[in-house]
Amino acid sequence: MSDQGTLATVRRGLALSPELRTGLGGTIVLAVLQMAGRVAIPIAVQQGIDHGIRAAGGPHLGVVARIVAFTLGALLISTLCGYLMTRRLFTVSETALAGLRARTFRHLHDLSMLHQQSERRGSTVSRVTSDVDQISQFLQTGGVQLLLASGQLLVSAAVMFVYSWQLALVVLVAFGPAVGVVRLFQKRLRAVYQASRERTGVMLGAIAESVVGATVIRAYGVAGRTQARLDTSIERLRLAQQDALRTSVTSFSSGEIGAGLALAGVVVVGTLLGVDGELTVGQLTAFLFLVTLFIQPVQIATDMLNEAQNAVAGWRRILDVLDVEPDVADPDDRGVPLPEGPLSVRFADVSFRYPGGPIVLSGVDLSLAARKKYAVVGETGSGKSTFAKLLTRLMDPVGGEVSLSGTPLTSVRFSSLRSRVVMVPQDGFLFDATIAENIRFAEPTLTDARLRAAFTELGLADWLAGLAEGLETPVGERGEALSVGERQLVALVRAYVADPDLLVLDEATSAVDPATETRLQHALDLVTRGRTTVAIAHRLSTAEAADEVIVVDAGRVVQRGPHAVLVAEEGSIYAKLYASWLEQTRG
Amino acid sequence: MLGRGLRVLGHAIRTEPRLFTIGTIGSSLFGLLIIANSYVVGWVIGDIVVPAFAEHRVSTGQLALVAAVFLGISGLRVASIFGRRLGAGFMQFRMQARYRGAVTRRYLSLPPAWHQRHATGTLLSNANSDVEAAWGPIAPLPFAVGTIVMLLGALISLFATDWVLALVGATLFPGLFGLNLVYSRRMSPRQIRVQQTRAKVSAVAHESFDGALVVKTMGREADESRRFGVFVDELRDSLIAVGRLRGLFDPLMDSLPSLGTLAILLLGAWRLRTGAVEVADVVSVAFLFTVLAFPVRAIGWVVAELPRSVAGWDRVQAVLGAEGDLAYGEGTLSGTGPAELRFDRVSYRYAGGPEVLRNVSFTVPAGRVVALVGATGSGKSTIASLAVRLVDPESGTISLDGVKLPDLALSALAGAAAVVPQIPFVFDDTVRGNIALDRPGVDEDAVRAALSLAQADRFVAGLPDGLDTAVGERGTSLSGGQRQRLTLARALAGEPRLLVLDDATSAVDPRVEAAILGALRGADAGASILVVAYRRATIALADEVVYLERGRVVATGTHAGLMASHAGYRDLVTAYEKAERQ
Ligand SMILES: Nc1ncnc2c1ncn2[C@@H]1O[C@H](COP(=O)(O)OP(=O)(O)OP(=O)(O)O)[C@@H](O)[C@H]1O
Ligand SMILES: Nc1ncnc2c1ncn2[C@@H]1O[C@H](COP(=O)(O)OP(=O)(O)OP(=O)(O)O)[C@@H](O)[C@H]1O
Ligand SMILES: [Mg+2]
Ligand SMILES: [Mg+2]
Repeated sequence: MSDQGTLATVRRGLALSPELRTGLGGTIVLAVLQMAGRVAIPIAVQQGIDHGIRAAGGPHLGVVARIVAFTLGALLISTLCGYLMTRRLFTVSETALAGLRARTFRHLHDLSMLHQQSERRGSTVSRVTSDVDQISQFLQTGGVQLLLASGQLLVSAAVMFVYSWQLALVVLVAFGPAVGVVRLFQKRLRAVYQASRERTGVMLGAIAESVVGATVIRAYGVAGRTQARLDTSIERLRLAQQDALRTSVTSFSSGEIGAGLALAGVVVVGTLLGVDGELTVGQLTAFLFLVTLFIQPVQIATDMLNEAQNAVAGWRRILDVLDVEPDVADPDDRGVPLPEGPLSVRFADVSFRYPGGPIVLSGVDLSLAARKKYAVVGETGSGKSTFAKLLTRLMDPVGGEVSLSGTPLTSVRFSSLRSRVVMVPQDGFLFDATIAENIRFAEPTLTDARLRAAFTELGLADWLAGLAEGLETPVGERGEALSVGERQLVALVRAYVADPDLLVLDEATSAVDPATETRLQHALDLVTRGRTTVAIAHRLSTAEAADEVIVVDAGRVVQRGPHAVLVAEEGSIYAKLYASWLEQTRG
Repeated sequence: MLGRGLRVLGHAIRTEPRLFTIGTIGSSLFGLLIIANSYVVGWVIGDIVVPAFAEHRVSTGQLALVAAVFLGISGLRVASIFGRRLGAGFMQFRMQARYRGAVTRRYLSLPPAWHQRHATGTLLSNANSDVEAAWGPIAPLPFAVGTIVMLLGALISLFATDWVLALVGATLFPGLFGLNLVYSRRMSPRQIRVQQTRAKVSAVAHESFDGALVVKTMGREADESRRFGVFVDELRDSLIAVGRLRGLFDPLMDSLPSLGTLAILLLGAWRLRTGAVEVADVVSVAFLFTVLAFPVRAIGWVVAELPRSVAGWDRVQAVLGAEGDLAYGEGTLSGTGPAELRFDRVSYRYAGGPEVLRNVSFTVPAGRVVALVGATGSGKSTIASLAVRLVDPESGTISLDGVKLPDLALSALAGAAAVVPQIPFVFDDTVRGNIALDRPGVDEDAVRAALSLAQADRFVAGLPDGLDTAVGERGTSLSGGQRQRLTLARALAGEPRLLVLDDATSAVDPRVEAAILGALRGADAGASILVVAYRRATIALADEVVYLERGRVVATGTHAGLMASHAGYRDLVTAYEKAERQ
């Protein structure tokens, strides 16, 4: 897909951003007018030389003055048109690109690649930052130039043909090889620019890792190793940049050679023509000026085409993302809301594999009743978190079906699903904001009083009171200014205020101390009575308190039932797990 | 601004004099060739075309000469373009690479406390777009220098031709400079705003994608898009503001040389009448003004980039000049086997915050296991960071085998003490790379032994490429518990003399934990262990328990002793049984 040609990409891009075409007609008219003004200069030179300077009986000042005055007017209009044209172009293109940026951002959130991380984060971010910047930068500088250059090219070519079709042909022939060379280089250019974009992504990833992992790198004294990797990625980017530049200069210089050929050809052929009386000195002089006017845009155009390759590479990366249909799509209008009331769950022969990986869940067949509390236990890597993600439709199973209260999850509208089913993921993420803002993330209209009440209801009022700045305490990046347990408390309150009918907790209190945890559990029991809760936990205290326990092993549900029953099944996985739990907590 | 910008550029020139010289020579040659070209055109028209047209004949020799001259100039120009572009470009890329290296080197040497005060997004843009901005003006720099040479050359040749025509140039060129200056002055605040807004857009995107799972589970995609949209719109507006200014100046800049051409025509006609000049002179000069238009813009590019460059440079310098490095001593630890860890009246506070540890004193005797117990937020992780000197205490001393931590060399410390953090950090590398970290002495056998001790060998064997499986950015393709075991194995593989486990075994079977502690404790080649834990089983394995409340050590002793003597401790560790009884 990303090997698509430039034109195809541009066409695809224009189809996706029709705003780019707004008022294009007017913009082009203005551009042509601006160009016409530029061509006025060589015409003025020709007229001035032929009718003024070399007028019979010596230079005629009046004629020259009249020509100059007239051209001045043309120049003024051209400048004005230039201003209006650029203004229009920038407004339209920046508006369209802002739309594109916002759309891509939203689309990325709709794709599961973000949390499945099929791509490195730095690279994903660059799709809504530097890739779009690349297009904008090109449009702001190169785009105008390219537009003007093409205009100038056309107008000056037309005027050249008016002056002398023979000379015009000479010019075109002279540039023939250059056009061929430039075309030849486009493909290679695309490749080298792509390489330098990719290496930028790799470098950013390496820098991000060295920053996020700074403490571990220090603790293990492996800064040298990290630096070596950074240096490699920095160096590889530099080499790619140099490669791209070398290629683009080579392609550019072919236009320069074309220019030399054109000038030489025009003078030689023009002189021969003039000797035969078919051309005046003024005409030949004007023609030389025209050739310059023709050469300039050819040079600019070859240069800008190189830049364009860079922008198109960015555009292509964006379009590639927008082309991916959300694998877990919101049925939206075609969907239905969840039935009112507490939710029951049904997994019908569900299986799952991560893209390109082995099966991690298979033949999961189970029903969970509404209003009950379930605990999911099992060894590390057995598939518990995967189960939770399927239950909340962060992913769709590769086989079988998940339904809530009889409604297949895939047909539930997201607006209904996300407000009634909430999960606290294993690594609860906090935004770099205050505690209050983090909790309001779930419920933006929450008053401070309600917020405080939520803490009280969960038995966390004391903890909140212990914070110097209370609700306004900043939690730092990813919540790092709080202790790990404290982060979990905030994430839990956040889920609690969302007031879901099905609450899924994936190790939501794994780092909280036992006293706080049991208090919290108790409080949660009181306030979550009436809703369905699924809690994943290593600590079997959660299982003991649940109505039923589901035991997962190597991707299969191997046992389910009330704690008391499962413990009694001698030699069972759960019995062993529980024995070990007892051993560790009662030691 | 101009002065500071030029100083930054001066620094680049001193660093890469060779490339700068190549670029400048190329560019100056380019400029002189442009002037030469104009005069050749004048010469061709005046000395060859006019006589030929008048006499209706021309010799082949003359035509061949003309063609050769034009082609020769063209060839030289190609060479000059290569010199200018490659010289400038390579110089820019080199400076960028050099400073990216320097900035990241700084990141690695600045302490965690510094990192905590700086957002990842900011540090990323320091190393990337700020470095880029700082060296932005390098690309057009030789071109601009060449243009100045060209303008000087043009002025001289103008004066040599005719002083009246030269006056047009003498007014026009400073006019171009002036316009450029006004332009850059008006542009710089707008450019800076764009740069700042870009950083904000990138920061929001980073954070939002980082928290994608939370965004999704709460169904807040639309709100996140709105939050992002605010900055996108701000960026759009500031880019349009830049565009408008450019739209005003660009056509003006384009038309100034045209004005010059017209003036030459008018004055030329007058000078011709007085016989001061010839047709060829007028043609040459008029031609010169036409071709000057473009290169003169290069000066504008440099000037316009300077404010951004200075802004980027300042931000880069802020990193390079950042203070607060942890100074390491030269000391090494003598002997082998477990090392003793001692905290002596240690207090600590996070930047600007309240005191989170006060007068903490305890000892982990050589070869012993000490459990650190305390409620959520009581300061256990802070103690763990202090123990391996990720941060330095506000007051008090911490020592390993009697040597104060600040006296130890980094390699000695890292070789002797290992911490398994509460949140596992996994590198974007293979399983093997993550465990060995290229440390000398950690060979294949050590990796395998550590994996099996951490009970990670079974799941690693199940991975598609075993030890050589890449685990993805931050280990995303692993489950939470698998990541924890991996980091545990990493610590074990280094055979540390002090092992600090910060709640690092929560996902590990207690039997495994017992095996790990058992394998390490006591033995000659073993380690002293400080373990943060809530599990009674773990605590029971400890020789001693340090009980923490709100940053103070409130009790120390054996588990049994504390159970008997301290109600707070009892409540904490027996919470599960109590809950069950109720
Ligand atoms: N980077 C930081 N900036 C400011 N305050 C912090 C920072 N890290 C931790 N704190 C505060 O310091 C105190 C101690 O935190 P610490 O992480 O040491 O607790 P802990 O005992 O490890 O808790 P947990 O059991 O939850 O991991 C807490 O009140 C916490 O809010
Ligand atoms: N994004 C992913 N890509 C590929 N494989 C994955 C991904 N996430 C998890 N896995 C694999 O799927 C299996 C199940 O993982 P899951 O996270 O569901 O385990 P878990 O039961 O939650 O374990 P833990 O108790 O450690 O959290 C594991 O073998 C893991 O390596
Ligand atoms: Mg899990
Ligand atoms: Mg902690």
